[in-house]
Amino acid sequence: MGLKQNLHNLKEKYRGTKFEQGFNALHTFLYLPNTTTHGGTHVKDATDLKRVMNTVIMAMIPVLIFGMFNAGYQHYLQINGTAEFLTMDNFIIGLKKVVPMLLVSYGVGLGIEFIFATVKKHEVEEGYLVTGMLVPLIMPVDLPLWMLAVAVAFGVVIGKELFGGTGMNILNPALTIRAFLFFNWAAWMSGDKVWVHGAVDGVKKISGTDAISGETVLGALAANKPLPENWDAMNSFLGFIPGSIGETSTLLILVGAAFLILTGIGSARIMLSAVIGAAVMGLIFNGIVDANVITESSKFYSLMNFPFWQHLLVGGIAFGIVFMATDPVSAAQTSTGKIIYGFLIGFFSILIRVFNPAYPEGVMMAILLLNVFAPTIDHYVVQANVKRRMKRLKVKTT
Amino acid sequence: MADNLNVEKEPLFSKKNIGLVKDPLVDNNPVTVQVLGICSALAITAELKASVIMALSVIFVLAAGNVLISLLRNLIPPSIRIIAQLVVVAALVIIVDLTLKAYVPDLAKKLSVFVGLIITNCIIMGRFEAFALGNGPWKSFLDGVGNAAGYGLILVIVGFFRELLGSGKLFGFPVFGDPVEKTGLYALGYENNGFMLLAPMALITLGLIIGFQRSRNKSLIETN
Repeated sequence: MGLKQNLHNLKEKYRGTKFEQGFNALHTFLYLPNTTTHGGTHVKDATDLKRVMNTVIMAMIPVLIFGMFNAGYQHYLQINGTAEFLTMDNFIIGLKKVVPMLLVSYGVGLGIEFIFATVKKHEVEEGYLVTGMLVPLIMPVDLPLWMLAVAVAFGVVIGKELFGGTGMNILNPALTIRAFLFFNWAAWMSGDKVWVHGAVDGVKKISGTDAISGETVLGALAANKPLPENWDAMNSFLGFIPGSIGETSTLLILVGAAFLILTGIGSARIMLSAVIGAAVMGLIFNGIVDANVITESSKFYSLMNFPFWQHLLVGGIAFGIVFMATDPVSAAQTSTGKIIYGFLIGFFSILIRVFNPAYPEGVMMAILLLNVFAPTIDHYVVQANVKRRMKRLKVKTT
Repeated sequence: MADNLNVEKEPLFSKKNIGLVKDPLVDNNPVTVQVLGICSALAITAELKASVIMALSVIFVLAAGNVLISLLRNLIPPSIRIIAQLVVVAALVIIVDLTLKAYVPDLAKKLSVFVGLIITNCIIMGRFEAFALGNGPWKSFLDGVGNAAGYGLILVIVGFFRELLGSGKLFGFPVFGDPVEKTGLYALGYENNGFMLLAPMALITLGLIIGFQRSRNKSLIETN
């Protein structure tokens, strides 16, 4: 008797009891459900919520693997001055840091989903599959696991279950979790100590010159420091810079974006308009610097002077735009709405980045802000459409 | 006005009178059920001590104000009653403000504008309008104490969680150990939740209390 049959039997055994939902979820996660819809005509398609979620997870696998290598690479680069990228040592450091985060993220998140499903007697929803994967990718590498667990519990309960679970949340759950961490333990989520593995301990143990700096490109720019040579545009594009685990490699994020667009899951509208929005804001700032309105004495100088296209390569903006702004639940739903929504995300990301050095990466705030405004945007888009059609009707009848 | 006539026959602590104090504590709580007085509940609850002082101040202002308004209720012309009420509250709030400044100046500084803003606390005007204008002084006193205590109770609960989780202290006493010296819980890697000190978390804490209360008492759930 195979696992499938066993699960079938367990499911039958627990039907009607408290644990029905839990077993149901396990069963349908691993196999096709053994029930079909009754009556009516249905579109036959293999795409269901689980497949959508799995596609997004697949799109994130490259950045995850890269993030693991990069975690070790940045660590050794800081210690030795030079380092090879594709070494086993690098990967093992990444593995040791990222896999526990993944386990905590999925363990706590899915645990809460199961509890809620059991108590509320509804099916376990698949929404957390993507969130659980996103969460480790947007964290600094040395984040203590208990903090992650608390934040995941908060994000899933307050950010999602209270609104009614998957499909009802107004905010992106992964970003809710990150925002919670950011405001709760800012010392672990920002600054120049947390972005390279070992930097926190290193500062404590080694004093003076040997201390590891865990700074990011944006952090250095916000502090008006000159950038090291190995943080040039090419390395930012390929991802050999410090940062949150999964967000450094713009190249691999683009691969993920292409995959999402080809499979029809991520909205190309949102991604493109967000990139345009960010570029527009970046160009405005570059223009301000070119017009000599802002000089080198200003504390915003470095960030404003940073070329607009390079703004897109550093920090979490690419990752946010591709994997989080496109979250179908919290994004705008109408086509025009998506364009406005995406544009404003890009626009505000750069704006927050430049003007608020306390949040060197603005994309988190920008997406959360626009998540809140997405229904409003949709409302006005729909109203505008209604108005336009009414006008057409009037012209026709007169 | 009707039950004014038989007020003589009613014992001082009749069931109804006790209900005036008890009801607003939980089932008709001004903060969690009527959702009044939220601003100050969010603003000053980062520390338990401030919450307690604020609660006591409001109890004093509301109880005394209710009694005064109740005594004056037949003298105040209805057309200018709001102004008259404001004068009474303002006088009482100034008493509280000056007392705090005289005896606990540090805390008075922390509570800053919020003591003055007791004047605009909706609970106070609400009770004057809804109760003191139509009831005798003793009942008004009980109602004032009950409502202000209900408000204070929520303040203290929110303040308890915010100070405990936000600064690891209660009434300024370090409960979890010293965060700088890394003793107690901090030695295990615990760190204070800075978010708890910010107003959004007060709102979320309050929301959780409201949700918890409504899950226990289904009759409070609105049906719209």
